[in-house]
Amino acid sequence: MTSIPDAKAPAGEVVLEAIGLTKHFPVRRKLRDLFSNRKDAVHAVDDVHLTLRRGKVVALVGESGSGKSTIARLLAQLYPRTGGDIRLHGETTRVKGGSAFRRYCSQVQMIFQDPFASLNPTHTIRYHLTRSLKIHDNAGKTAEDLENALTELLERVQLTPPERYLDKFPHELSGGQRQRVAIARALGAQPEALLADEPVSMLDVSIRLGVLNLLRDLRDRLNLAILYITHDIASARYFADETMVMYAGRMVEGGDSETVTQSPAHPYTRLLIDSAPDPDRLAGASEAEGKDAGNGEPPSLIHPPSGCRFHPRCPAVMDRCKTDLPVPLEIGDAPGHWAACWLYDGNKEVAP
Amino acid sequence: MSEPVLEIKNLNVGYGLGDQAVRAVRDVNLTLHRGEVLGLAGESGSGKSTLAYGLTRLLPPPGVITGGQVIYHPEQGAAYDVLELSDQQLRGFRWGETAIVFQGAMNSLNPVHKISTQLTDVLRAHRPEMSDAARNARAREMLKLVGIAADRMDAYPHQLSGGMRQRVMIGMALILQPQVVIMDEPTTALDVVMQRQILGQLIELRERLGFSVIFITHDLSLLVEFSNRIAIMYGGRIVEEAPAAAIYKDSLHPYSKGLLGSFPALRGPRRELTGIPGSPPDLKGMPSGCSFHPRCPKAFEPCSGHIPVLGRPGTPDGPTRSVACWLHPAEQPVG
Repeated sequence: MTSIPDAKAPAGEVVLEAIGLTKHFPVRRKLRDLFSNRKDAVHAVDDVHLTLRRGKVVALVGESGSGKSTIARLLAQLYPRTGGDIRLHGETTRVKGGSAFRRYCSQVQMIFQDPFASLNPTHTIRYHLTRSLKIHDNAGKTAEDLENALTELLERVQLTPPERYLDKFPHELSGGQRQRVAIARALGAQPEALLADEPVSMLDVSIRLGVLNLLRDLRDRLNLAILYITHDIASARYFADETMVMYAGRMVEGGDSETVTQSPAHPYTRLLIDSAPDPDRLAGASEAEGKDAGNGEPPSLIHPPSGCRFHPRCPAVMDRCKTDLPVPLEIGDAPGHWAACWLYDGNKEVAP
Repeated sequence: MSEPVLEIKNLNVGYGLGDQAVRAVRDVNLTLHRGEVLGLAGESGSGKSTLAYGLTRLLPPPGVITGGQVIYHPEQGAAYDVLELSDQQLRGFRWGETAIVFQGAMNSLNPVHKISTQLTDVLRAHRPEMSDAARNARAREMLKLVGIAADRMDAYPHQLSGGMRQRVMIGMALILQPQVVIMDEPTTALDVVMQRQILGQLIELRERLGFSVIFITHDLSLLVEFSNRIAIMYGGRIVEEAPAAAIYKDSLHPYSKGLLGSFPALRGPRRELTGIPGSPPDLKGMPSGCSFHPRCPKAFEPCSGHIPVLGRPGTPDGPTRSVACWLHPAEQPVG
């Protein structure tokens, strides 16, 4: 097979699902803990539900340490999960390595943050892409097939003319070009889902949008399901169909991007949006506000706060928040918009 | 406009010597006024950090200042050229007159010393006449100023969060009451919530203490909100300099426009954005003429041949701004 079929299945089909996904990293025990039964763990991700559909981009927004990258790595099966389930096309998958991992990889590919580190400096672009094609059995039978596939890959990521880039080394390319090569390498496996972990945060500002537009174009042409992890909620609004907000290892709000960014429901999402730089708010105008909200730090994930994890920082905190874990509740302003916050108690609970 | 505190005149900074030298900063003219926040924006490799290190003479080899002047106007006394100072004078100038908060300042604290030791160390070096008690009191006062409880004085850096470490760095920079504070990407490693808090605090401190800030970042939308004036660098040159609102509302240089168009908006209508095609220039092989012309959507015939000079444009607000672009030929060059 030399040419990559453009659309394999209808849009909207569920490709990858996370159900109650949980990951705890054990903490090294101190000597005095040896005699107790205490087992500390970093609660990196707790009870996360996530659905990736064909032809849709889901953005995962949160501050550093909120567990966004852990989710990507769990979904890529790079970490074993502590609890919950990952379903690929509705089937539970748990792979540890070997051919099962490779089969999984050929459907779910990851793009890493730093294209300066994710390409091997001693190999050419041709080598990187050839490996990807051969390992996933997409290289065809003859040398000519391979050459065609390579050309097609580079054209897909708009590195044209392909001959100019094939025999270059990574250091000869700019950051944006390198990230395009990394994307091409992921496409070499003909995946159905792409997990993009902050794909543009290491790139120069003027070329970020080029890469995002490319990913969006690929979503439309190849009908890919894309998970876009970012800390920049404005780019989530620009690029993603659906946005989920994470705080301290838990999902706090989700819905379509426009609703989440324009009428945020959860106090944390509001804080995040109010904190984003806004050129319309010129120097001097911004000092009065933001005093009451958001002072304080994200909590320790070894002993996360009881109840809602945001309650120590929340401006709208109630007694109940300190003891009861909020369930996802429907907001009702737009279909699919939910927030895990007791402010909306009384609204219908969203089925996970 | 108030009086200038720092004037950069025709500053040139290169890395290496001879034919292989890379000219990272070219003919930069820039004036910092008393009490203002001057934003310096540009992509990586545009020379903004090199400019900051050049004007404080902190450039590590092979960086060399190849020409120009940096005139500093102290609060009292005559102005002098920073580049002419002897080592002894330079020692007094640094930190006492200008302080710098480095990129990744979170990691600039020494992990094996307490915060208190590191704060008082500055005073011990620069104010040897102070007593220990006075030093401690001053360090305590600084911590309080940046919003850290004084009982954290004896904490080690790893016991503080990233945001608190950044505040300690800002407090440390301000401890000798410098006139100019240079912040080199002070908040890139922080989350947006923390970033807003720290910058808000900085602006408040500036109003109280009256120092000037040179704020270097690649995040133009942040600069528009927090600074008074913005200078945009590309390929080692300043391509546009104007009040923040003017840059945001009607920037003249196509690069400034492109840069502004590279940030998706959080509010208002959703627009299709393109960023800027192509990639930033390699300092080793700069394009001829205007270094932006290969990526410029409006490039025309003089752009590839002649370097545009930074000058006052012929627009109604011309006297307050300058731009280096053939679309807006200078009526009166700057510098």
